[in-house]
Amino acid sequence: MSYTAPVRDIEFMLNKVVGLDEVAALPGFEEATPDLVAAILEESGKFTAEVLAPLNRVGDEQGSSWSEDGVTTPEGWKDAYQQFCENGWGALSFEPEYGGQGLPMCVSAAVQEMWHSSNMSFGLCPLLTQGAVDALHHHASDEMKERYVAKMVEGTWTGTMNLTEPQAGTDLASIRTRAEPDGDHYRISGQKIYITYGEHDLSENIIHLVLARLPDAPEGVKGISLFVVPKFLVNDDGSLGERNDVKCVSIEHKLGIHASPTCVMSYGDNDGAIGYLVGQENHGLMYMFTMMNQARHAVGVEGYAIAAGAYQKALAYAKDRKQGKTLLGTSEDDQGIINHPDVRRLLMTMRSGVDAMRGLALECAASFDKAAKHPDADKRDYYQRRGELLTPMVKGWSTEFGVELCSMGVQVHGGMGFVEETGAAQYYRDARITTIYEGTTAIQANDLIGRKTARDGGQGMKELTTEIRATVGELEKSNRAELQVMAKRLGDAVEALEDTTDWLLKQDNAALPAAGSVEYVMMSGRTVGGWMMARTALAATASSEDPKYSDAQITLARFFAEHELPKVGSGKQIVTEGGESTISIDVAML
Amino acid sequence: MKVLVAVKRVLDYNVKARVKADKSGIELANVKMSMNPFDEIAVEEALRIKEAGNAEEVIAVSIGPSQSQETIRTALAMGADRGILIETEEELQPLVIAKLLKHVVEKESPGLVIVGKQAIDDDSNQTGQMLSAMTGWAQATFASKVEFEGDALKVTREVDSGLESIKVAMPAVITTDLRLNEPRYAKLPNIMKAKKKPLETIPVADTGVTTTTGLSVVEVNEPEQRQAGVIVSDVSELVDKLKNEAKVI
Repeated sequence: MSYTAPVRDIEFMLNKVVGLDEVAALPGFEEATPDLVAAILEESGKFTAEVLAPLNRVGDEQGSSWSEDGVTTPEGWKDAYQQFCENGWGALSFEPEYGGQGLPMCVSAAVQEMWHSSNMSFGLCPLLTQGAVDALHHHASDEMKERYVAKMVEGTWTGTMNLTEPQAGTDLASIRTRAEPDGDHYRISGQKIYITYGEHDLSENIIHLVLARLPDAPEGVKGISLFVVPKFLVNDDGSLGERNDVKCVSIEHKLGIHASPTCVMSYGDNDGAIGYLVGQENHGLMYMFTMMNQARHAVGVEGYAIAAGAYQKALAYAKDRKQGKTLLGTSEDDQGIINHPDVRRLLMTMRSGVDAMRGLALECAASFDKAAKHPDADKRDYYQRRGELLTPMVKGWSTEFGVELCSMGVQVHGGMGFVEETGAAQYYRDARITTIYEGTTAIQANDLIGRKTARDGGQGMKELTTEIRATVGELEKSNRAELQVMAKRLGDAVEALEDTTDWLLKQDNAALPAAGSVEYVMMSGRTVGGWMMARTALAATASSEDPKYSDAQITLARFFAEHELPKVGSGKQIVTEGGESTISIDVAML
Repeated sequence: MKVLVAVKRVLDYNVKARVKADKSGIELANVKMSMNPFDEIAVEEALRIKEAGNAEEVIAVSIGPSQSQETIRTALAMGADRGILIETEEELQPLVIAKLLKHVVEKESPGLVIVGKQAIDDDSNQTGQMLSAMTGWAQATFASKVEFEGDALKVTREVDSGLESIKVAMPAVITTDLRLNEPRYAKLPNIMKAKKKPLETIPVADTGVTTTTGLSVVEVNEPEQRQAGVIVSDVSELVDKLKNEAKVI
């Protein structure tokens, strides 16, 4: 399955639209100059295209397999993982003191897109390790960090996140896994499910982060603590000791991401697995939440990354496949189905959609970078609010839209898209999980209307729409007709978003906003996506380097404004008027 | 011992080459450029020689416009120690390139020069041989294996009839063939370090080498499009066509 990293598009978005220079000007990110980032993206593109992409199909067909002795990943994965670690790709954004490169999150997100476009099942392993490292980095003692973090940054050991139990999915308050104090450590027992890369043969050791309850813990979410449970205990000198009392008892058979082992983990079948408390007792859920924004952002990146892969495949097919006389073909030889207007529409939706989602995700990441390193405290607050506000859009909108675009990828292939042989279906199947894990779309929607909008009385949203309106003003000043079109569409969209936000803030009956909350995520995501595309068009207008490339960027932005932004207006109707029917039905009649 | 490798910035091998409208050459504006693949093999070989303890320093040299710095940085990210760019906006012929490399050889006195057997843009396959003639050094072209034997090198060459092993005294010039090695991927920490490695730029005028040759490009054309085939009804028609139309038998 061939993949070519869209290095040029990523660079354009980072440098000319999001503004890498602003991030690189922050203390601590000085290294992230455009030329260095270009070299990193180039090499990452090469590695993902040549090493990870060829394993995507193998991974889907063979899948990971379980036996009493453990989980075996598909052919070639171990070598690829070793190369991945040796080349330092897992360590990109981590702190230099633990062997990372300390690069900004916006660069890391740009690189991670390539992992997931080329091979999402593979990319999940380092993604989970990164989440675990983040959690330890923020909350573990220095001694604990010393012991585990460097090896995880290297990739020699991988990390997992153990939250879900059969009765505790979205509702983590009902977690039952127990932790009994035993000297300087704890004994953990219980079952965890849906543990991505909970067991595999890629690394020497696996460091499980496990949520569990102490015997005297209060009920509910305030009684959950976080523990490190290594697969092999780690001796004081850093060498590996005995096998801990934790094992993978089975792996799930899934719709997609076959190569990524989704494990049922059993802790403490014998004496109880040895675990070490992270931070303080009963603070576990809070610790998990501090890294939740990052993890959700990463899954949002998966959402458009996989659509980017699907787009490349569909594009190649549409150029090659001939069916009937086309309306747009310019000659006898130019009769690929890409010249049928509707196929063109599908491909344009995919392409402009991926660009818009990439813009949103990189903008969000750059906000977190500024929140972390900006010298001015007010600016740090401002960008922290912005990053947190955009995160549920990155996760919610980009995964839902990503699935839709992968479905379009199948559609472009016609009947052959439904046949596994072409590989179009794999993107669609693999993409389907992204709207579910790390918090379903509904959870993102709750987060957006509750924690990110209602809690600050709509301040963050107001700041965002003010910036979008400024861009509308810039578009209006342009003398290009396409930009005028965008000004109108983006102006209408931002107004609809503001109206809807005002409506949401005024509701007393919580069920009404909840019924429209997912649509609110979609309309917010589309508006910000349209904003990023409009800024892309403005940047392209200002750039004289390559007129053909600039014109294409402007046309893509116009397409997005004309095809996606009008949906924001209907979103307003759905959210503000569609709640009543949703909640008033007699359930017995359904 | 120092090893000198020459790296050329060329049209990326994945990009379909298009002739400029005025037929003066290939369209290079706004297309992806990267290191000539045979030169990547040369860099890899030099690094392996250094890693095996047979060399102390690997120097990457490029001759071209200022953007060729990126190509040198790629070599530095793979592990080369420093770079030299002879900067020129002109498109130079292999003879001039060989003279300029000789200039660098005299300045650096390496024990070994490794170059790609050809660049994928002009397919000249001349620079290494010309450099060898000008320096009076031994040459080992189309190398698929390089082994150190005391002060000499045993080089396996890919020739039409198979593999030929030769022994050459050092200093020598090696040109690389496709099967010599598989170039490594640059590691992320090395990409970051590459930025800080020394890269010296020498304007071509400072070398004292005359860049003109008696050769000029008259016109560049796309290869002719392949014609559609015909289905013949039987063997005798095929033989007839081969004999009378194609005139090959």
